[in-house]
Amino acid sequence: MKEIRFHGRGGQGAVMAAKMLASALLVEGKHVASFPMYGFERRGAPVVAFTRFDDKPIREKTQVYNPDCIIVIDPGLLTLPTLFTGLKPNSIFILNTAKKEYIQPNPALKTCGLVNATGIAVQEIGRDIPNTCLLGAFAAATGWLSLDAVLKSLPEYLSGADILQKNIKSAERGYKEVEVIKW
Amino acid sequence: MKAKKGKISVMMGNVVAANVARLCRPEVVACYPITPQSEVAETMSGFVADGSLDAEIVEVEGENSAMNVCLAASVAGARTFTATSSYGLVYMYDAIMQASGYRAPVVMINVNRETPGIHAVSSGQQDMIATRDAGWVQIIVENNQEIADQLIMCYRLAEDYDIQLPVMLNYDGYYLSYLNEEVEIPEQSDVDAFLAPLKNQPQRPRIIPGAATGCGTHGMEMGYVEARYKHWAAMDRAKKKVDEIDQQFADYFGRSYGGQIEEYRMNDAEIAILASGSAAGTAKTVVDTKREEGIKVGLVKQRLFRPFPEERLIAALKGKKAVGVIDRSVGFGWKYGPMCTELKAIAPSIGNVPILSYIDGLANLDITIPHIGRVVDEVNAAAKGNAYQAVTWIPME
Repeated sequence: MKEIRFHGRGGQGAVMAAKMLASALLVEGKHVASFPMYGFERRGAPVVAFTRFDDKPIREKTQVYNPDCIIVIDPGLLTLPTLFTGLKPNSIFILNTAKKEYIQPNPALKTCGLVNATGIAVQEIGRDIPNTCLLGAFAAATGWLSLDAVLKSLPEYLSGADILQKNIKSAERGYKEVEVIKW
Repeated sequence: MKAKKGKISVMMGNVVAANVARLCRPEVVACYPITPQSEVAETMSGFVADGSLDAEIVEVEGENSAMNVCLAASVAGARTFTATSSYGLVYMYDAIMQASGYRAPVVMINVNRETPGIHAVSSGQQDMIATRDAGWVQIIVENNQEIADQLIMCYRLAEDYDIQLPVMLNYDGYYLSYLNEEVEIPEQSDVDAFLAPLKNQPQRPRIIPGAATGCGTHGMEMGYVEARYKHWAAMDRAKKKVDEIDQQFADYFGRSYGGQIEEYRMNDAEIAILASGSAAGTAKTVVDTKREEGIKVGLVKQRLFRPFPEERLIAALKGKKAVGVIDRSVGFGWKYGPMCTELKAIAPSIGNVPILSYIDGLANLDITIPHIGRVVDEVNAAAKGNAYQAVTWIPME
């Protein structure tokens, strides 16, 4: 089983990203589960969301404590003291940033995917909704699913040809433009 | 197995509940939204708005009215649906007692959440516990597929001529309400076929305009006693009916949940854990891990909470050397958690063995894999004769 933890803020699409990723992994034939954990719904408040996938049914109904990958949607959350808590050895870090290089922030992180998801989203969608771009970057950096599976999962969530096309473009650019670093 | 393969997609627990409620063709729906149930109410309203559900939606100003609407529609003969949680459930407390006293077969989703007193918008089973003696059937499920399948079975149970009781289907807020999981949604024709036997039974008593029939009138003295006795007897009959419906569901759809309880690796188990809801899924993983370590542990997942599955629990637990019960609520007035207290009531039939009570998972605090692992280890030690603590509040340790 692989476990992924998303860190974002209310309104950025972290919860939706976790769900879209589950749908994309279902396309790949995996068993999937994802859920967010928050109390009151508040725009701007830190949000954590989880996605699990496996070749067998997923029975665990707990938060993710030992992620194989963390995805940081809002770089403002990099100062969270708990951000890197519980990482498995050789885990993967996906970060929304304009930077092209990054100093290894935790010894358990061995692979890093840097992508300017906010910049790409503003260009392609016209708003800072970086989640679909980050899913493209995730597919490229982890190799755990194909870009095609990500793209196939999007129509279920994005109604209207225009917004769908913009998000497809954003995900494709995330896939192509992600800077993958090995630590 | 006769049912066609349904469409599989990733779906949120609340949306699963609404989609399957639609397939059960309720005629009157009255839901007041409340976190973490809101998507059930919103999705049901959306179905009526887009024409995909032919039902009367009554927009109510609160949960008390929602239950009164469902009660009234139900005694007029309609199939009804509502959903609530926490504050909403206790706000309709008088109305749920009315519904059961009238023997109205209302089906209600209750998305488990902590109750008023300490304002916590978070998961916990205290709301269900607070209504356990209201005369409703209460069932708890573990995952999104079970929400779908059990909701269909709830209508078969509630409207069965021999039962005629309201049924509350409980699932954990947050852990299931917002869980996106792959779920197979059955075809409409298959749900229709499974519910069809309800049409081939005698017409249940109902209020007909102009006819001299009544429901829920005053029950003085023996009138009261007789009505209560029949209600009590129907609750007892519901136990076997739950097992029968589960078997019929398995025959038709190919999925079984064990009826009143699900036994997981219990056959050769020496010790047992009793849990319910989403935590039971996590517990299965722990049971597998502990088995690899050589501990012969099994899990009893309690699905039916009211009526209490006395006979099935005795059969499953008799002869085990120790039992640990994980409660996601507090039993005010008793030391032990509510489920543990009830299990102790049948302890003489199980055997004079240690029964350890654990309180965990309150207010969105996880019932984690290490927590359940610790429960197994302590129950195992108690089975070997070691001293043990009667009640443990795991988060307070």
